[in-house]
Amino acid sequence: MKLKGINVEAIRKDFPILKRKINGKSLIYFDNAATSQKPRQVINAISKYYSLYNANIHRTIHKLGVEATEAYENVRDKVVKFINAKHREEVLFVRNTTEAINLVAYSWGRANISKGDTILLTEMEHHSNIIPWQLLAKEKSANLKYIGITDDGFLKDDEIKEYLDNHPKILAITHVSNVLGTINPIKEIVRYAHKNGVIVLVDGAQSVPHMPVNVQDLDCDFLAFSSHKMLGPTGVGILYGKRELLENMEPFQGGGDMIKEVHLNYAKWNDLPWKFEAGTANIADVIGFGAAIDYLNKIGMENVRAHEVDLTSYALNKMSEIENLKIYGPIDVNYRCGVISFNIGNIHPHDVATILDSEGIAIRSGHHCAQPLMERLNVPAVNRASFYIYNTKEEIDIMVNVLKEIKEVFKI
Amino acid sequence: MSIYREKVIDHYKNPRNFGKLDNPDIEVKESNPLCGDDIELYIKLNTNGSVADVKFSGKGCALSIAAASVLTEIISGKKLKELKRLNKKDIIKALDLPDPGPTRIECLLLPIKALKLGLTEYLKREVSNSKS
Repeated sequence: MKLKGINVEAIRKDFPILKRKINGKSLIYFDNAATSQKPRQVINAISKYYSLYNANIHRTIHKLGVEATEAYENVRDKVVKFINAKHREEVLFVRNTTEAINLVAYSWGRANISKGDTILLTEMEHHSNIIPWQLLAKEKSANLKYIGITDDGFLKDDEIKEYLDNHPKILAITHVSNVLGTINPIKEIVRYAHKNGVIVLVDGAQSVPHMPVNVQDLDCDFLAFSSHKMLGPTGVGILYGKRELLENMEPFQGGGDMIKEVHLNYAKWNDLPWKFEAGTANIADVIGFGAAIDYLNKIGMENVRAHEVDLTSYALNKMSEIENLKIYGPIDVNYRCGVISFNIGNIHPHDVATILDSEGIAIRSGHHCAQPLMERLNVPAVNRASFYIYNTKEEIDIMVNVLKEIKEVFKI
Repeated sequence: MSIYREKVIDHYKNPRNFGKLDNPDIEVKESNPLCGDDIELYIKLNTNGSVADVKFSGKGCALSIAAASVLTEIISGKKLKELKRLNKKDIIKALDLPDPGPTRIECLLLPIKALKLGLTEYLKREVSNSKS
């Protein structure tokens, strides 16, 4: 594939926050796996909606309502194209990835999971792809099983096969680990799962913002992801689901907009996708998300990925030169995203993060909502630097220098 | 790097009174689930109610370990009612720190929280012992 490359200098000008000084230093934002920054195009789109055509959507006759409805539904079409869904009915707006997974665990899970059934997860899941299933398993007396990981941060191949051969009802699996950065071979896993009649939900929170994701190619049954990790505002998530599955699912929440007709004793549900969008939607932020998708499309997701591969391999090289610095997850950038978790000797990650912050560098430290994975890695916490389109090698150099200084301060 | 001054690093690398005590009058553990830090305090009292010996153990960041270490120095020889009056300012002053900010203050407070919890449990026990 031909890559046109990305113009980071021009991109940086679109992000007002990058002009901020932190403790007198230029902000270096390496906490993108938690949430990304927002370009002015997204901020302006939200502001424009509130300033020019703020109105509630659907079933509106007046001009503002028509414009708002059109803008909101246009974003759905953008998402459909962005992930190459087959039908627009397959793309639902929710609050975030967590809500998308809860929706499936509730609506699909409560109808399809019974006593003794197995729900298959992996050891590298975020809490948001564990807890909804724990709740379901408890309610239905179902079993949870976890595919283990190898020491270099990959899912264990033999366990994937073995556990899928035992016919769990569903596999809920992350596309990219938010700690290890591992890119899981979702397409192959889905193919094997489907051979065994297993439904697959993919947590795309860390993949969709950073690489091309094509749901028809992956053939996954559900895909969940969030706007705020891909330049868009908080409060918008996407659940993609195959039409025939969504059609057979009961609603998640009841209320306005999700019904066709309501009587005192019964109601008829609205068509897809609105059956799953009860109550007034987060119109402004959905519109903002549309601007984020436009922005990413303009760059091209192949270019986003290529830029991150470049930064990640550069950072892995520089960081591995630091003695006593341990990096978690795959070393080969073909199998990892722009997420680097690390520890320096036995220095507590909160100390590392505090010192980096004093130099204007924002990273994350802690368990990253993946406590089972921390147990597996046998560490209480890790530091995590994660990159995006506006980051540069110069910023990585600055971080690496501070990491070296930290070693001096702590005399290790 | 302002909060990681010499004194913090010194207490972190060479914690004072690190270890355990047999048959302490006060034994208490407090943890901070967010950081995974935990601190255990062991205190032996004289008959006049002052601190005869104190040790601590546990794991944590530089701030919580240094705070625990310096706390053991502060409370050595002090009377129980003096311990009750201790607060974060005493720790910040003893470690020669600037304001650690809202996210890290919890680390500094952990050893004091442990101490207060230990004192409350001890005094409750004393009251119930004197009643029986």
